[in-house]
Amino acid sequence: MSEDLLRIDDLHVAFSTRRGMVEAVRGVTLTVKAGEMLGLVGESGSGKSVTGFATTRLLDAAGRVTGGKILFRGQDVTKLRGDDLRQLQGAAMSMIFQNPRAALNPIRAIGLQIADAILTHKRISKEAARAEALDLLRAVQIRDPEQRMNAYPHELSGGMCQRVMIAIAISCNPALLIADEPTTGLDVTTQKVVMDLLADIAAARGMATILITHDLGLAARYCRRIAVMERGRIVEEASPGKLFSARQHAYTRRLVAASPTATSRIEDLVTEEERERYNAVLDKPRPVLPHGTPPLLEVRKLAKRFDQGSAAVADFSMTMAGGESVGLVGESGSGKSTTSRMICRLIDPSEGDIVFDGQSIGHVASRDFHRSPLRKDIQMVFQDPNESLNPRFTAFDCIAHPLMRLDGMRTGEALRQRVEECAQRVGLPLDLLPRFPHQLSGGQKARVGIARAIACRPRLLVLDEPTAALDVSVQAVVLQLLDRLRRENDIALLFVSHDLNVVRMLCDRTIVLRNGGIVEQGESRALFDNPKTDYTRKLVEAIPHIETGPTLAAAL
Amino acid sequence: MKTGLGATIVRAGRRLLSSLPALFGVLVFTFLLMRVLPGDPAVFFASGPNAGKEEIEQIRRQMGLNKSVPEQLVFYLSDIGHGNLGRSMMTGQPVLKDLRERLPASLELTFTALLIALIAAVPLGVVAALRPGSIVDHGVRLFCALGVCVPTFVSGLLLIYVFYYLLGLAPDPTGRIDVFTSLPPQHTGFLSIDFLLAGDFEGWWAACKQLVLPAVSMALFVIAPLARITRASMLVSLGSDFVRTARSIGLSWRKVVVTYALRNAILPVITIAGIVFSTMLGANVLVEKVFSWPGVASYALDALLSSDYAPVQGFVLLMASLFVLVNLVVDICYGIADPRVSIE
Repeated sequence: MSEDLLRIDDLHVAFSTRRGMVEAVRGVTLTVKAGEMLGLVGESGSGKSVTGFATTRLLDAAGRVTGGKILFRGQDVTKLRGDDLRQLQGAAMSMIFQNPRAALNPIRAIGLQIADAILTHKRISKEAARAEALDLLRAVQIRDPEQRMNAYPHELSGGMCQRVMIAIAISCNPALLIADEPTTGLDVTTQKVVMDLLADIAAARGMATILITHDLGLAARYCRRIAVMERGRIVEEASPGKLFSARQHAYTRRLVAASPTATSRIEDLVTEEERERYNAVLDKPRPVLPHGTPPLLEVRKLAKRFDQGSAAVADFSMTMAGGESVGLVGESGSGKSTTSRMICRLIDPSEGDIVFDGQSIGHVASRDFHRSPLRKDIQMVFQDPNESLNPRFTAFDCIAHPLMRLDGMRTGEALRQRVEECAQRVGLPLDLLPRFPHQLSGGQKARVGIARAIACRPRLLVLDEPTAALDVSVQAVVLQLLDRLRRENDIALLFVSHDLNVVRMLCDRTIVLRNGGIVEQGESRALFDNPKTDYTRKLVEAIPHIETGPTLAAAL
Repeated sequence: MKTGLGATIVRAGRRLLSSLPALFGVLVFTFLLMRVLPGDPAVFFASGPNAGKEEIEQIRRQMGLNKSVPEQLVFYLSDIGHGNLGRSMMTGQPVLKDLRERLPASLELTFTALLIALIAAVPLGVVAALRPGSIVDHGVRLFCALGVCVPTFVSGLLLIYVFYYLLGLAPDPTGRIDVFTSLPPQHTGFLSIDFLLAGDFEGWWAACKQLVLPAVSMALFVIAPLARITRASMLVSLGSDFVRTARSIGLSWRKVVVTYALRNAILPVITIAGIVFSTMLGANVLVEKVFSWPGVASYALDALLSSDYAPVQGFVLLMASLFVLVNLVVDICYGIADPRVSIE
């Protein structure tokens, strides 16, 4: 018992909302030993972050611990007040957060921010604190630390900001570090570098770490023990190997199944009962295009230069056949979103041409393209389902809007039928149509976004990270939906993503972009199994995988 | 930082250049407006109500009013190009001299009022944001609402009634200084500063006492927008991720609230303060009238009522230039306070 650094005992946390008290955490019990790295895994709303915030006493004003104990070195954290609490925060336990750029003070030099943390807990001079801050920047492997001391967060990349955040968190050598989704939103390669750094630092300093993440693969790679949370409770706790080979709880089973791996297929992602509709299309043979059919989309030597500086995209050429799915992958800044927006005719290319179905559309100004008859043939699904729906439109309005604008439909029975048909095709229950976006869940909003995009029966659908903001189980369903729509209606999909596992499953072909140019392209599976360039290999190796043990393989 | 400051100055310079066409537009527009407004200055300035036609015609010729409007405009613009704003028919002095005498009085009053408003509004906003929904928050809201509801001339008269008539604490509300005090040598035109420079503390105290009531009644009116914006941006700031970070490392309450939250929250307040200052300069005519303050706004109002073209045009030009200048200062302040702006 005494060797436990942290012992959470039957923790309950409730939030007061407009509809009364809502319990976010209901009876969590877990222990962390000194120096150990524990993974706390679950989907959004499972209460994993709230558990972390309750431990570090950073709950919002609306949140309150309503029951249970959090014993840190035998001391109940929930009962600490004032100075006792502040001596704990930062010095004995600290936290790093999901969005590193927002987590740093935007108008304070990072050196000062680190020094702030040091000076709070140590009685040393400002010069000494500055020297320590510099050492910390070296420890988190920031290049040119002397110059970076005076930098502001907006001058650093996301990965750099997270390193600074780690430097702040470890500045006073805490015994426990809670990392709340530390790499969500970072590139896979950056994620690997940051996580490796974090693991090394924790090991070197004997720091216990709780890694809160929705990514099972990430937890499996770095943690010896993983606790799975669902709806405020811990449903299972085991070592990664055991968790993936002999998982006990139904929820864990679903979660593992939904997490894409190197070998998983789209049909594996969801459980039996959800698979039926998909299997029906899967059996339908793909129509064989007669030889010599012109490609649906042909992009020739596309380039984009923004006001000043080098080209964001240069010499980009590709072709797509009808009903084909092509993945566009690369790190942030590789130009994949710029390319997809040019193809969608949302921004104008600087050079090159785009030919869609035999017609050149690259020279139609993006401002005027909404009048082109081809607008309804090329539609887009955006990254953030929350931000890309008009908050004052109901789900019905969102889907009806393109029909009225592009298909010239009028309000009436015919429009209602079309909207309902679209909703049914994406699996959106019809009684949700009168709701506003804030009354829908993330997955439902994603469905509305897809229904809107397919409403006018487009032939090319461009998807910009459509599942990045979704939980894995929702992602699985959305991916399956997209693939089903593609097969049913022969829609070509251009899929922009940094999640290589998803691209590998969904796309026939993959194009790897780096610094605005094509590095490698080819048939997806071959490309990922056998990368030809170092860059692609680095990308592939950075993906955290779930090691599905031999038991699992045998069970399948 | 070095590049940041340089970029800020370049940005401010560009902003200054781009405002010149607007200034020119203001100039022409005011000129035309004055010509369109009813009232003939020649009649107004003729010797009396019985002045004959010839006399009026003669005055019109003297004033150049017999020429066509475009011709008058050209003359006017060339005069302005030579730094000549014309002559006031009321005071008989060049408008430039009048404005130069009266502007410091207006500026001193407005600066003081803004200072009082900021000193009151920022803490009020912060306190309200720290306890949203509490009694303090509602109290601040009530106070702000009252400040906005009561027009400045009413609050000014109330203040005079209470502090001069009832309590006798304030001096009589007649101008910047009572007639018996000898004026200090003029350096800045700000009496309170000039007295200090001259080492005359008695005079300084007298000038300050005259200043307090009009400044407070002006400040009351603008505390509301400043306090509201402080509260709103402080709430955003307090709820932000970096304040959570600051709390997570155990920073002291003062450091969290002042260094982390308030310094970020103050940025929009700077912008609003600039706008408020410009509005106050033009709108303080009521306060100047109530307290017989010899400022530019009351001067312009008098000129407008007597169809005295030159002072009004001069006043509008002055206000427009000040507005540009204030925006420039706000820009530079903002650039210093926020390292991010130089990027865009």
